[in-house]
Amino acid sequence: MGITGPIPEGTRDQSGRSTVQIDPSNNDSWVTTRLDFLVNWGRANSLWPMPFGTACCAIEFMATAASRFDLSRFGMERLSYSPRQADVLLCAGRVPLKLAPVIRRIYQQMPQPKWVISMGACASTGGMFDNYAVVQGIDTIIPVDVYVPGCPPRPEALMYGIMMLQKKVMGERLRDGRIREEIVPDPTSQLYIPASRIDELSEPFGNSVNQTRSAP
Amino acid sequence: MSDYSVGQFAMIPAGTQASVAPATPRNVPAHGGEPNPSAAFLVAKFGDAIVRSWVNCGETNVIVKVEAIHDVIQWLNEDHGQRYEYLVDVTAVEYRDAGRPLEVVWHLRSLSFLRFLRLKVELPTRGPLVVPSVMDIYSGADWLERECWDMFGIKFEGHPDLRRILLWESYREGFPLRKDFPLRGRFSRAEQLKQALAADPEARYSMEELTIAEAFDSLPEDMRSRLAADKAAGTEAFGE
Amino acid sequence: MSTRTVEVELKTTQLDALGNVVRAPLVVTETGGALTGDSSQFASASLAEPGLESDHMLINIGPQHPATHGVLRLVLELDGETVVRCIPHIGYLHCGFEKIGEYRQYNQIIPWTDREDYLNSMGNNVSFVLGCERLFGIEITPRCTVLRVIAMELSRIMSHVVWVGTTAVDIGAFTPFLWIFQERENIYNLLEGWVGARLTTTGTRVGGMAADIPDGWMEGLRSFVQGFHRTLDETDKMLTRNAIWSGRTVGLGVLTPSDAINTGMSGPMLRASGVAYDVRKDFPYLDYETYDFDVPVGRHGDVYDRYLVRMEEMRQSCRILEQAIQRLPEGPVNVDDPRVILPPKHKATSEMESMIHHFKLVMEGPRPPAGECYVATESPKGEKGYYMVSDGSAKPVRWRIRPPSFVNLSAIPKMVEGHLLSDVIAINASIDIVMGEIDR
Repeated sequence: MGITGPIPEGTRDQSGRSTVQIDPSNNDSWVTTRLDFLVNWGRANSLWPMPFGTACCAIEFMATAASRFDLSRFGMERLSYSPRQADVLLCAGRVPLKLAPVIRRIYQQMPQPKWVISMGACASTGGMFDNYAVVQGIDTIIPVDVYVPGCPPRPEALMYGIMMLQKKVMGERLRDGRIREEIVPDPTSQLYIPASRIDELSEPFGNSVNQTRSAP
Repeated sequence: MSDYSVGQFAMIPAGTQASVAPATPRNVPAHGGEPNPSAAFLVAKFGDAIVRSWVNCGETNVIVKVEAIHDVIQWLNEDHGQRYEYLVDVTAVEYRDAGRPLEVVWHLRSLSFLRFLRLKVELPTRGPLVVPSVMDIYSGADWLERECWDMFGIKFEGHPDLRRILLWESYREGFPLRKDFPLRGRFSRAEQLKQALAADPEARYSMEELTIAEAFDSLPEDMRSRLAADKAAGTEAFGE
Repeated sequence: MSTRTVEVELKTTQLDALGNVVRAPLVVTETGGALTGDSSQFASASLAEPGLESDHMLINIGPQHPATHGVLRLVLELDGETVVRCIPHIGYLHCGFEKIGEYRQYNQIIPWTDREDYLNSMGNNVSFVLGCERLFGIEITPRCTVLRVIAMELSRIMSHVVWVGTTAVDIGAFTPFLWIFQERENIYNLLEGWVGARLTTTGTRVGGMAADIPDGWMEGLRSFVQGFHRTLDETDKMLTRNAIWSGRTVGLGVLTPSDAINTGMSGPMLRASGVAYDVRKDFPYLDYETYDFDVPVGRHGDVYDRYLVRMEEMRQSCRILEQAIQRLPEGPVNVDDPRVILPPKHKATSEMESMIHHFKLVMEGPRPPAGECYVATESPKGEKGYYMVSDGSAKPVRWRIRPPSFVNLSAIPKMVEGHLLSDVIAINASIDIVMGEIDR
């Protein structure tokens, strides 16, 4: 129903009209906003990570979980190695092509709500491994919520990324049903683009093997 | 499974027959210098099969003919005057110059005499890359030779299970460490990703593993035919 | 300058009449120490199960699994709970290091050496530039030699620390992990002060180091060594005479000395099996023959021996560090060779010649003469070697990493047969593998 309380002070313009924007489709009552807050607060402060640690970033993740940069204060000390019981897939380290179907399978095994933090340069973009063997960013395989740059990122950087994720989680609304929807790639749908067409489209961005850079 | 008893665990110290106390090498000349005595023994024993030997950066390199390399390595391992009990590495080098042959390199170490030797075999780059396997002499050569096959396409005759080790078995782009293989691979990124994702992670069991599980019959049709084709082509994993 | 080696006296389980290891339960005495049972007393508890004909089960561990220390996949054939056969699959972290080494200058390859064995990054850096310097024909300065010894020993401690922590977690003890990771943080502080990075250090350059140590760094190192002895004693007290720890590690994964040598084992794996081979003693580098330290050698080749060998190695590393601190000479860190070392910054920004020199070294890179070189060092995992082949250009023709964990892991089928499923985890942990190094 729009506004459910008195119009706040200081929101009238010179002619006396209210400047508060009323969104007619916003059906949030006090109850739903409090419920949103409660659910998101619970989720954000107990994000159980699944450490998909492959390389050096995994060691920095372990250091973040250790005593000095405690992850327990974020509620993340309970590492879940089974994807079925995890909230956040923390991909720490480089992901080669041989591991690509594995990480996709693990992401699919996680139940909603789930988030993904891509930790480190290699997980985010392929990092220094621009060669035949490494996936150039796990966002080509699974959807990523937060990217944490660094090689490896300092524990403080990872914690900043986690805090960003917490902010994102707090910003979710129950009425927005689309965010927890999973799109499964369907080769028969019109949205599926064949690899040759992807090559054409990504040519100017230098993602294909036909590189225009001079340095190898 | 080797039989063992507590007595066999008497300490084996290295360097028992070395003549000089080991010291940090200083001012090692790039060329020339004291060669490994084994090189001279090799020439005396095998004659023509030793193509040439030289010393570079303090290490002795010996080029051996392909036909003789297995016997040479076996002799170096078994002879009491040589005692190269330790295989350090098996690898290959392909040069950028067009004319130079591809070299397969064995690094051997004698723990008794504290010696290091590098054996090489030259293969024409365009010809069949086949060398004998030394897995019967050193069991550690197993994975090292598989890696050479994976990266260079060198076949090791006598290796019971020569299949790809670092890349997945159905990798189609080629042999990465060859010089004609581009750094970023032959296919485009989209194609590489498509092929990588198409490989079902659970479907990567070798014939050996499937016979254990007696699960061959329950596999999907295309997988069965692929594995059967591999078996026929001789590229399958070691099966019973 | 003695080369005495320390033999570790262990009480381990006996062998039964067939020569199989008897896994006898431990008895804890009133004083709290643990005794292993005499085989005659507990023989009845260890007889093989009567043969029930049953199918063997094929079970897959990994590639994503907390206890495989990285992305390793083990396919086990189980008869009940006993492993009949083990087939390891690797390659899930293959990132094309050796290929990309052919497209990078020698100094540009150093960051790559950090990332393969990421627990021992300074050690890898040092190993690699030792090989480069042999190829280039450069003698490093005395100060650089001692600093590199410090770097290698610190990194050995770092790696063993992670090993103890993660193996303890695998076997079920979480607390030593936290204690010992705090020590790793202290080393991180030191490394950060020296080269600027915690984990992936890139601390060396061809001909010298990335930077000289800052003022007050030595005091930090001294206090670290003192504190580390205390933590090591605590961890020792927690684990070494612990009944659960010994029960889960004694008699496991035995590898005979001849098998170990034939498989190409190196490092603590080999020494725990009774072969006294350490690259620092037998093929020395960086003046290791002038340091007074011992190399622990085990007797039974099981997981417990490997644990003891690694614990003792950490103590010996502290000993080497104390000697290195004493003998660090003054002088330049980088060798005075314009072929490889950049000119000082103030000259490069003011004199034309130096600027061109700087430009050429950065853009083209130092070029060694044509040749090849294999230099092996003792990394915490074993014999780490870099084989580089040069054709006279700035980028190597072939850069080969001889990974100790790769060869060590290939023996896992032999070690694991006949053991229980949970023992597989303990044995796998005892090899101290780093998948980055194995798969490269």
